[in-house]
Amino acid sequence: MDAQRHLVVIGGGMVAQRLVEALRDRDTAGTWRVTVLAEEPRRPYDRVALTSYFSGRSPEDLSLGDASLWDDPLVTLVRGDAVTGVDRDARSVTAASGRTYTYDHLVLATGSYAWVPPMDGADLDGVFVYRTLDDVAALRGYVNRLAEGRTVRGVVLGGGLLGLEAAGALDALGARATVLQVDTHLMSAQVDLGGGEALRRLVNRLGIGVRTQSTTTRVLPHRTGGVGRVELADGTRLDADVVVVAAGVRPRDELARDAGLPIGPRGGVVVDDSCLTDDPNVSAVGEVACIRGACIGLVAPGYTMAEVAVDRLLGGGAVYPAADTATRLKLAGVDVASFGDAFARTPGALEVVWADPVGGVYKKLVMSDDARTLLGGVLVGDASAYASLRPMVGRELPGDPAAFLLPEGGAGAPDLELPDDAGVCSCNNVSAGAIRHAVAEDGCHDLGAVKACTRAGTSCGSCLPLVKKIMGTELGKLGVTVSSALCEHFALSRAQLYDAVRVAGLRTFTEVVERFGSHGRGCDICRPVVASILATTAPAHVLDGERATLQDTNDHVMANLQKDGSYSVVPRMAGGEVTPEGLITVGEVARDFGLYTKITGGQRIDMFGARIDQLPLIWRRLVDAGFESGHAYGKSLRTVKSCVGSTWCRFGVQDSVALAVMLELRYRGLRSPHKIKLGVSGCARECAEARGKDVGVIATDKGWNVYVGGNGGFTPRHARLLAEDLDTDTLVRTVDRFLLYYVRTADRLQRTAPWIEEVEGGLDGVRAVVLEDSLGICGDLDEQMARHVEQYEDEWRATLDDPDKLKRFASFVNAPDVPDPSLAYVPERGQVRPASADERAVLVAGATLEVRS
Amino acid sequence: MTTIDDVATTWLTVCRLDDLARERGAAALVPDEVGGAPVLTQVALFRLLDDRVLAVQQHDPFSDAHVLARGIVGTRRVDGQDVPTVASPMHKQVFDLRTGVCLDPAGKVPRPGLLPDLRTWDVEVVDGDVRVAVTAGAR
Repeated sequence: MDAQRHLVVIGGGMVAQRLVEALRDRDTAGTWRVTVLAEEPRRPYDRVALTSYFSGRSPEDLSLGDASLWDDPLVTLVRGDAVTGVDRDARSVTAASGRTYTYDHLVLATGSYAWVPPMDGADLDGVFVYRTLDDVAALRGYVNRLAEGRTVRGVVLGGGLLGLEAAGALDALGARATVLQVDTHLMSAQVDLGGGEALRRLVNRLGIGVRTQSTTTRVLPHRTGGVGRVELADGTRLDADVVVVAAGVRPRDELARDAGLPIGPRGGVVVDDSCLTDDPNVSAVGEVACIRGACIGLVAPGYTMAEVAVDRLLGGGAVYPAADTATRLKLAGVDVASFGDAFARTPGALEVVWADPVGGVYKKLVMSDDARTLLGGVLVGDASAYASLRPMVGRELPGDPAAFLLPEGGAGAPDLELPDDAGVCSCNNVSAGAIRHAVAEDGCHDLGAVKACTRAGTSCGSCLPLVKKIMGTELGKLGVTVSSALCEHFALSRAQLYDAVRVAGLRTFTEVVERFGSHGRGCDICRPVVASILATTAPAHVLDGERATLQDTNDHVMANLQKDGSYSVVPRMAGGEVTPEGLITVGEVARDFGLYTKITGGQRIDMFGARIDQLPLIWRRLVDAGFESGHAYGKSLRTVKSCVGSTWCRFGVQDSVALAVMLELRYRGLRSPHKIKLGVSGCARECAEARGKDVGVIATDKGWNVYVGGNGGFTPRHARLLAEDLDTDTLVRTVDRFLLYYVRTADRLQRTAPWIEEVEGGLDGVRAVVLEDSLGICGDLDEQMARHVEQYEDEWRATLDDPDKLKRFASFVNAPDVPDPSLAYVPERGQVRPASADERAVLVAGATLEVRS
Repeated sequence: MTTIDDVATTWLTVCRLDDLARERGAAALVPDEVGGAPVLTQVALFRLLDDRVLAVQQHDPFSDAHVLARGIVGTRRVDGQDVPTVASPMHKQVFDLRTGVCLDPAGKVPRPGLLPDLRTWDVEVVDGDVRVAVTAGAR
């Protein structure tokens, strides 16, 4: 193909990745082939998420996009080879390996390097920068080596985004971290002084020290070598075992300089609005590019530049729009966002501020001079409004701006309507406008139709609540009544059906569908809902009689369906506690059945790769060893996570493990609209991360504080305080009522955080119901929970004793001893994983069957 | 000499009706032919409320796993009539159990090279035996 032209990209970072993705996506005729020259030895990875490397994500987890991009025959990725020179006359680049690549067009995407301010001692052992996976891995290794038997002291130079991330990383490694900020406050590039102060308090609360207006002059060695102290301009000396420099980044423009391309006043290759340099055959994108006089150290503008460059390569006329410099920091427990004109630089701009120093919340909106148009904002401590406010920049806010700043459950912000161009489904890149169009123009009047039409919510599904909300609003505008009907078989909502079934005292699906259904025999939506309702109104074994027909496969075989049709098995380990004998049994079972074993996020052990016919054999051994079902498969109580508590910990003030065990045993098997998780921390250090749970309990000197509505998932929420300093009995009663109130009134698949937002009265309403019995239902709730606790029976133990129930675990009804021949596994890191389709084609042998006559 | 006409269906007894639970599925292995070679194929059998038994392929074309017998059985109203259905336990695609036609792809597309609709087998229940029509040549 002579017509094919060659694009060379120098740099293998996030922006380079996006550029290749965009090119391969849009250049359907294949007019360009592309070679990416990366200096690092790995595929492009998510540098923004670097800090998550400390919470256990592997380099593979940080990989970006679809790996098959690099298998494309038109794409070549050269790793671990730095480019040493560009010859613009010959249109070629030379790499350290000596190889030469000629190009028709060249894109510089070399990014930046971490800047180390001039000071003595910067070259000592123990001084690190925070830029690449290798930097981060080296830091981790160093801290872990020092950490044996003592607390490592870490100092971070720089109080910006990266500095705070680095401090969070040190904290995650168990080091004591202090941030030294030259400026008057933290994140001074994004956040104003008030926000910076709130941020400092939040960071302090994590146990991270902060010193502002502190310039480091030199790093002093320890007498045994390595870093020992840092010295500040005012003469103060701080002990430090490790120093992380996060003082900013500088563009890596040396190749461009050597090639004679114009460089900006503060570095960076000068490009025009089409991302082209002075040379029509050379573009620059991302942090190395000096566009409109500045280099921007954020990934989103880099992505935009990549898109512009690709459009130009394909003959388009795209122009770089104004940079979106909105940023959001997610450090454990610290939520910060800044967007638009955060510093109110627009003439006449007004600032509306709401601050709660005790709660560590600071929020500011910057408005136009008539207080109507949103120009920007700063959110510290509670940035939950970021997603809805940011797309509104430059648009009129409905109602009083102050309403958007008040805490949830206060005056209540008017519902924000997302602008058409706001992204809703990031997996499939679907905007709010596309969803509205599907509803209004294409006649999609239910979620299934909207999903099929737009592909929104079809990948990870986490945006579905938002999709549903936009659809509902749009249907309302069309005059179509928004139905709260469960599905085509029931016109009632889940909460209405719950009450109806409870009051009518129904016990089977047939009764329910005949009494309240409109026609037919139900579907995969209403059947599991009825199963869940009956589980708490008329408790019985999940597989009893007709009830078995309502269960999703997970509940039907009491295990978790995995991608290849095999299941995973999770025995309960209440509070995360397990005996050595128990561990040995789990290990032996996993070994004997060849299962892949992994510790879950909820302090349990997950064993993967069990065939349906193996489940009873596996559970026979686990039950005999004293284990019971962990309900990891159900919309039910999953785990109660705990820290070590006062039994062993130096800091614990209450016995968190005993309480966690008690709560987990109390609520085990409780069916609910969605999975529920609890956490119990033995002191305010919150090692159990209880505030990330539906119910979080944190010990105080006087008793227990209980928080509710914490959720992980797509929209993570911190749990909010429901009641303080409760004694254990009051605590248990409060949690009983909270959980059952949720079970009775939430929508299908609605987690506790959105439920609290939508239930009458919000959090205050919940408090009134469960603490003051404002609805007069507490006696009923208490009784219902007492019945649940009393009637609990381990589902697996009961199943193993019942030959009829065991029949459903046969692999084949006409060949119960023949294992599913389609399953195949290959070894990886000492265990097994499901074979890929290609691997399976080689591995899978046909089964043999003795045909009965 | 074998001609097309020789490939008649044979009724293979796979189980008793009592082996199947109402409104649930079960998998069975049946002899089959692919490209003239004998193989065993997985079918998903479903016993409806009225004791009719229907059979579709066990292989889910959207997830490439052999799981359809484990889906939730129900009905969906199509043109004013309640059609018996199964929803894939993997990603909830809904299929008409009588015809194998995919009624709702749930916003997804099948794996490359596969069709969304399921193959079906004729089933009859005689004296409590569930019999599936299999390809004779495969015996």
